[in-house]
Formats: sequence, C-alpha cells, structure tokens
Amino acid sequence: MAKIATREAYGQALAEFGEVYKDIVVLDADLSKSTRTEIFKKKFPERFFNIGIAEQDLMATAAGLATCGKIPFASTFAIFAAGRAYDQVRNSIGYPHLNVKIGASHAGVSIGEDGASHQMLEDIALMRVIPGMVVLSPSDAASTYECVRLAIEHEGPVYIRLGRLGVEEIYKKGELKLELGKGIVLQKGTDVGILATGLMVHEAIKAAKMLQDEGFSVYLVDMPCIKPIDIDLILDVAKVTGCIVTAEEHNILGGFGSAVSEVLIQNYPVPVKMVGVNDEFGRSGKPEDVLKYYKLTADEIVSKAKEVMKMKK
Amino acid sequence: MDRAKELELKKIATEIRKSIIIQTASAGSGHPGGSLSGVEILTYLYFVEMNIDPKNPKDPNRDRFVLSKGHASPLLYAVLAEKGFISKDELTGFRQIYSNLQGHPDMKKIPGVEMSTGSLGQGLSVANGMALAAKLDGKNYRVYVLLGDGEIQEGQIWEAAMTAAHYKLDNLTAFLDHNGLQIDGKITEVMSPEPVDEKFKAFGWHVIKIDGHDFNQIEKAVNEAKTIKEKPTIIIAETVKGKGVSFMENEAGWHGTAPNKEQAQKALEELQKQLESLEVQG
Repeated sequence: MAKIATREAYGQALAEFGEVYKDIVVLDADLSKSTRTEIFKKKFPERFFNIGIAEQDLMATAAGLATCGKIPFASTFAIFAAGRAYDQVRNSIGYPHLNVKIGASHAGVSIGEDGASHQMLEDIALMRVIPGMVVLSPSDAASTYECVRLAIEHEGPVYIRLGRLGVEEIYKKGELKLELGKGIVLQKGTDVGILATGLMVHEAIKAAKMLQDEGFSVYLVDMPCIKPIDIDLILDVAKVTGCIVTAEEHNILGGFGSAVSEVLIQNYPVPVKMVGVNDEFGRSGKPEDVLKYYKLTADEIVSKAKEVMKMKK
Repeated sequence: MDRAKELELKKIATEIRKSIIIQTASAGSGHPGGSLSGVEILTYLYFVEMNIDPKNPKDPNRDRFVLSKGHASPLLYAVLAEKGFISKDELTGFRQIYSNLQGHPDMKKIPGVEMSTGSLGQGLSVANGMALAAKLDGKNYRVYVLLGDGEIQEGQIWEAAMTAAHYKLDNLTAFLDHNGLQIDGKITEVMSPEPVDEKFKAFGWHVIKIDGHDFNQIEKAVNEAKTIKEKPTIIIAETVKGKGVSFMENEAGWHGTAPNKEQAQKALEELQKQLESLEVQG
C-alpha cells in the first residue's frame, strides 16, 4: 500500500475543496513545497499568497482576510505556526474568533534530520489552551481530508496538526465521516484502553495487535479531534477497561495525554500512562531512528499498557 | 477645505477630546496621551472621508479603519459614539465589568470596530489582509490604519510593510501618529525608529509628511494617497501626545495614566473653553 503523508493529503484536500469553496484562500511562508500548499497554488494562483519568511505577518494577514469573508488556510511548520506566531494566533485569530484555519505541518520528532529547532513538541499544549480554538490531529490521508472538511464547515479558528512522514492508510476516503468532538473506535476491548492521536495511531494499532496476541483485550481509539475532546468516549473507555494508555508525538506535558487525563480526573479517575516525548527537545536522525530514540513505538505502548493494567484497582 | 467645514471638524474634534477625558476619568484607567494625539486623523476619516454607515456596519463594500495602536481605544469609541455606531451612554462604562467597551478594541462586542487590537504591531498585517481581499474581489473600498511611532519598533510592522509594497496595496493608506513619545520616554532615546520617512520609502511606500492636527493637510494627504498607484501610502503625521490638554501635552507620563477627578475637571474646562471659542468663530 502506498504511504501518504498527512501534509500531502492536506495539500490535495485544499486544492479539491478550493474548487467548491471559492472563498478559500491559502497563505504560506516560503514553505509551500514542504507544506504542500503548492498544489493549491498551482491550481488557484490568484488565491495564493506567499508572505515570505514572516510567520507573524502570515497569521495576522490571514486574520484580515477572514474579516472580509474569506476562508484563509495559513500554513507553515508547526514550530513557527504555534511558536513564533503564538501572540498573533491568540490575539488576532483566537480572541476575535476569526475563521482562520492553521495548517501546521512537520509537527513532532518524525521530521527527522532538521533536528530540535524544528521538531515541534509543544503545539498541542499551546493551541488547546486558546479559548475557542479547534485542534485537529489526523492520523492518515482520509482522516486528514475529513479534518480539512470539518475545518471549512466550522465557523471559527482551527489548528490542524500535520506530519512530514508518509504513513499507511487507515481509513478509506469516502467511507470515513468525522464529527467535531468525536473520536474513532477502531476496536472495543475490556483490559486496557489505548487512546492515540496523529502518527502514534499507527504504533497504537501495532501495539494493540501485539497485546491481543498475548491474550489481552484492547479498547483502541483514534482521536483526531483533541479540542473539543470526546468526553463520552474517554469515559466509556475508562469505565469498560479501568486503565488507559495515551500516545502522541508530543511532549507528555500539556498535550493530548494531559487533555485525556483532565477529563478522567474530573469525572472518572483511572490510572493513565502516557507515551510521548519525556519533556525533552528532539534531535537529528533518520525519522525511524528518532522515533525509536524517543520510544515513540508500539513496544513502548505495549510496555506502558502492561504497567497500567497492573495499577488497576 | 472651506472654513466652515474646517470649523465644524474642529468642534467635533474638541467633543472627542472631552469624551477621551471622560472615559478615562470614569474608568480611572486607560491611555489619554496617545488617544488625544490621533483625534484629527480619525475625525477626518470618519466624518469626511470614509464610506461607512452606522446603520450598516457590515456592508461588504465599506471602507475599513484598523486602530493598530489599540490602546487609543477611547479615541475610537468617542468617534464611534459621535458617528452613531454605539450610544454615548455607553462611554462612562469604559473598562468596566458590565460594559462592552473593552480596554482595547473588541470587534466581537462593539459595532464599528473592524479588528480586535491591543497587542502592538499586528494591525498593519490585518489591514493588508483586508486590502488583499478587496483586490481579490475587485472591490473599491479603501483600508486605513493608524500606527503608533513606538509601535513601529515591533518587527512585524516591517514584515507587513514589505507585504504591502510587494502586493502593491495602493488601496491601503497608513497613518503614523508621530508624537515622538512612548512609555519610557522619547522614542529617539528608548529605541529610535528614525528616520521613519526614509525607512518607509526604502520599503517601497509613498510617503507624505504633515502636521497631524491640521485638517487641511490631512485632507490633502488623504486625497494624494488616493492617486498613488501600485504603492501603499503612509502619512507621517507630526502630532503632540496629549494634544488639547495643556498639562498633558508632550508628556510621556500621560501615556497610560488616567486623569483623576480634579485633573479631569481642569481638562474639561480647557476643552470647553476651546469649544466656546470655536463656536464664536462660526
């Protein structure tokens, strides 16, 4: 099966939706080859704006376009989208609740060789604490397409976290229909819950199979929507299994695992173990080497699952 | 501009100055200095130039004004009230918990506010976005934006300046409120952005320099800007921080300090005298 990166699916989705929604405009900061907004640019050159290496300007310009009825998709690397332009996203987009969609590519350590300066491990934390910001984190091409659709149909700011790495297809385009605030149940089980997002869904699927082969029953969930989060589903997993492992390509502080934990601790506390980057910066290497180095692997999910099952009351 | 028109505008400007004092004094908080320096600019834009209608604040073909130096919110609110976008009754609620009049402009809460601002350096980019939308849609509306001269220390302003020139935004006219002061003192002593005119020229802008309190010069500059093709224009307005209130003029201290009761009374008396002297003239 061919691998497609979520950034690639994003670029294709923009060009496709751009035909139907004439108000979509796309902005980039000299990274359109990497973010794949280049695809839209080739098709609709008059609706594409390269702002150059100026990400603060990128975000606030998108805000201005949004006040005039456009649906701007502003793209750059996640480190710059959520990091460098944080004030602009918060004050010019979030606070006035403007209809800007942020396509933040190259998130996580899997970008590989560029190293720590570019490996964004804080963006889920930063974006989800902006009131009214929708935070999406698709795991494959079909769910990326759906996230772009959700973003267009939603009135208000949306942050879409995308990856550089080619990934297997989990869902079939046309068969998957995502809803805001809803996770995807991949399989139901009773011994342990595994909630994963983005790239780590692929490792979670492998881990679930490994656990199954050892006789464990796994409740496996893909969470493409981190905010608003699927509270009902999280609680169902907790009630049915009694223990949960979360997995994300992000610092374990403040990200997806934290978001899940916030729901549990306030409603139905169960033990949680988190798979993610252990509050460190990234480093250079081949993507597969870097992922192994930071234990963003199926093996680690299996290990944490066994630990958390032991913690069950 | 004929004398009658100019006199009318001066009267409106004086009323707006009174409102700035009343708002900040009522709140015990706010930014009078930098609000008072921009009065003539906004008075001209809202009462002569801009195609806007308080009965139709979301008209897609309207002219837009972005207050990039968002702390001058009392100025904007005074103008919006005078123009009829909001009620004058609201003004004494400035910065209070029960009021819509937020300390810095909030486009969600206040009709007539085109963009929420407050964090400096972002309004020019936003204005560019509005101007780009006009070009894309083949619309004729113009976009105006007011920048502070301390604000242009923010790097993003220069990013936006590049963008405006690169995209040939000749439907954008910026004003620089060149009052020479920021919180910690003179802009030339804190972090000098001078020479501002040469900087904007180097960034590809058409530059006009005026006395920012002279309606005739403002009119001439705004009209000149409308004739410039393929370039954005910045009107560098030489202004006085705290203009109109004798003890506030040219004082950095009045940037973000509200007048107390006695000071407000003194200021309002001065402004009332100015108004009466204008009334005698016309």
